[in-house]
Amino acid sequence: MIEALRRSALRASGVLIRWIILVAAVAALVATMTAIVGYDPWVALGSLWHGSLGTQYAVLSATLVRATPLMLTGLAVTLAFTAGLMNIGAEGQLLAGATAAVAVGLATGQSASRLVTVPLELVLGGLAGALWAFIPAWWRQRFGVLEVISTIMMNFVALYLVGYLVRGPLQEPLHIYPQSEGLPAAARLPLLAAGMRLHWGFPIAVLCSLALWWALRFTAAGFRIRVLGMNPDAAVSAAQIDVRRTAMRAFLASGALAGLAGAIEVTGVTYSLYENLSPGYGYTAIAVALVGALNPLLTAVSSILFGALEAGAAAMQRDAGVPSVLASVVEASIILLLLAFRELRVPGSVLRRLRAWRPTASDRASATGDSMSGRS
Amino acid sequence: MTDAISSFLEATMRTATPLALAALGETIVERAGIVNIGLEGVIIAGSFGAAATAGVVGISGAFTAAVMAGLACTALLGILIITLRAEQIVAGTALTLLALGVTGLLYRTIFGTTGVALTIPTAKPLVIPVLSSAPVVGRAVFAQPATTYAVYVLVPLVAWWVSRTRAGLSLRAVGESPAAAVAAGVSPDRIRWLALMFGGALGGLSGGCLVLAQVGTFAEGMSAGRGFIAIAIVALGRWAPLRVALAALLFGAASALQFAFQSLGWNLPYQLFLALPYLLTLVALAGIAGRHAPPAALGRGWVRSS
Repeated sequence: MIEALRRSALRASGVLIRWIILVAAVAALVATMTAIVGYDPWVALGSLWHGSLGTQYAVLSATLVRATPLMLTGLAVTLAFTAGLMNIGAEGQLLAGATAAVAVGLATGQSASRLVTVPLELVLGGLAGALWAFIPAWWRQRFGVLEVISTIMMNFVALYLVGYLVRGPLQEPLHIYPQSEGLPAAARLPLLAAGMRLHWGFPIAVLCSLALWWALRFTAAGFRIRVLGMNPDAAVSAAQIDVRRTAMRAFLASGALAGLAGAIEVTGVTYSLYENLSPGYGYTAIAVALVGALNPLLTAVSSILFGALEAGAAAMQRDAGVPSVLASVVEASIILLLLAFRELRVPGSVLRRLRAWRPTASDRASATGDSMSGRS
Repeated sequence: MTDAISSFLEATMRTATPLALAALGETIVERAGIVNIGLEGVIIAGSFGAAATAGVVGISGAFTAAVMAGLACTALLGILIITLRAEQIVAGTALTLLALGVTGLLYRTIFGTTGVALTIPTAKPLVIPVLSSAPVVGRAVFAQPATTYAVYVLVPLVAWWVSRTRAGLSLRAVGESPAAAVAAGVSPDRIRWLALMFGGALGGLSGGCLVLAQVGTFAEGMSAGRGFIAIAIVALGRWAPLRVALAALLFGAASALQFAFQSLGWNLPYQLFLALPYLLTLVALAGIAGRHAPPAALGRGWVRSS
């Protein structure tokens, strides 16, 4: 374990150097884009810094609060991508988890104590996320439906389901606003300390990242998941792995992590359910996981960088009037830059493991309908 | 009742047109062995291109701008996945996120966030005399904007091109077996570039059509998953242009149902109808399972074990 930690640290130092380059690239991107759309780039960068890492308040009440759902959904994507599963559905799974947590919190929060209610909310939120992931996973195995498409469809279905619930069965008692009633105090995650917005969800997310790192590296199940992602054919023929079962479990665990993110967001931050609960956490998670090189520990750190970017972008909108949607442009640019750099073999090639999914030229040449399409 | 049916059919054709355009382009792209997950981004780029220019250059100029925007987006994707051989699905997803972000940023910067919806001139329906007065289906088929007629022409043309021409054969060879294509003297990369750009042009046109022939305004994220639905339509149409067009019609009908139920006064939650196309996609994809294989070299990740 010590040896593995040492090797991880060595690899992490390489990644850290790339991150410094990445942060510089992000600053350059933000400055260029704000200048193009007609704002003062120095003012924008100043408020970006001030609102993200510049003050203790910004770190504890904005950046880390924002990083918590990104960490959990980033881990969900990391797990799925490691297994070679294209789960783009973290957004929908997050909403499913949030819905379940609010439903159970409103039902039990008045009578039961916090020690019962909060764990129940988090567990049911995780289960709901897993359930939302089960449908595309099952569809994939039963009918061969590409999970990329089905998980995205499930995101839209989740969004409209929440839209219906907050105007129907779960609407607040006065029936004015499209949102649920606020969770009672016993159904809320406690804050870490008075005077900050950071709640217990953050340490839970960090624990999840440690647990996932350990599970992927040191358990048989984690080994099976990694082999499956590297080469499904070898997984069957050489390692005697039950691909269907491994893939299903990885997909469900990925959904559970995203569901937990939703449950934590409603019990720790918003305290109620509404449609715009997530500003696309489930999609940003893809960038978080890729920048984290699909390593759970690095993904945790990368989620803090993205949390800082999004918190800073919100401050930029408040103070400098720059639309905060700029953050998502930067995020998408980061993914595209990483992909391009990896393929150009320049130092930024942090995504070596991802190469396993991409059929090489010889694979393409020898591909038969059977091996590539997954149909027999 | 006849009125309800005929306006339902009209709405079906209107909502099916952008889906059919995008799906027809994606059919060609997939026959060349590429899945363009960035199609959603291409469509929103087309919508924004049309919305930003319609007031200045008129409707036909705006359609051109939509196509150009679609082409620009697709070129970026082509550099990544064809030239640099990046993973198709991650690159496509990132392109979609980028296009949604850039259009949102530009929209807020240029048109502000005042909440006043942008009003854009829309293409008037071209009413074909005599034919359009046919009972029930007349107006649905023969009183539509020019883009719908473009679909009528493009679908059989593309179907013929794919199955009956030498170039179409090269395209299919690249999608089924790039090695065999190389042996026959065809460059897979060149064919893939051409196919991808054709898909980009039609994707941009689809986005333009959404703005100029359907809603007459722009909203952030207005493509609302149509790119992903179009990819599902291609699978449902089993990679054949005529069947793809029919599948697009089915999805148009699913979207048009909400107007029909509203006019019939049925009291069902409207979110159910909004979710209907996405649910239909899930069901339809399962329904075609195992009946017909996609192009053998279609790029994808996880392989289902048997």
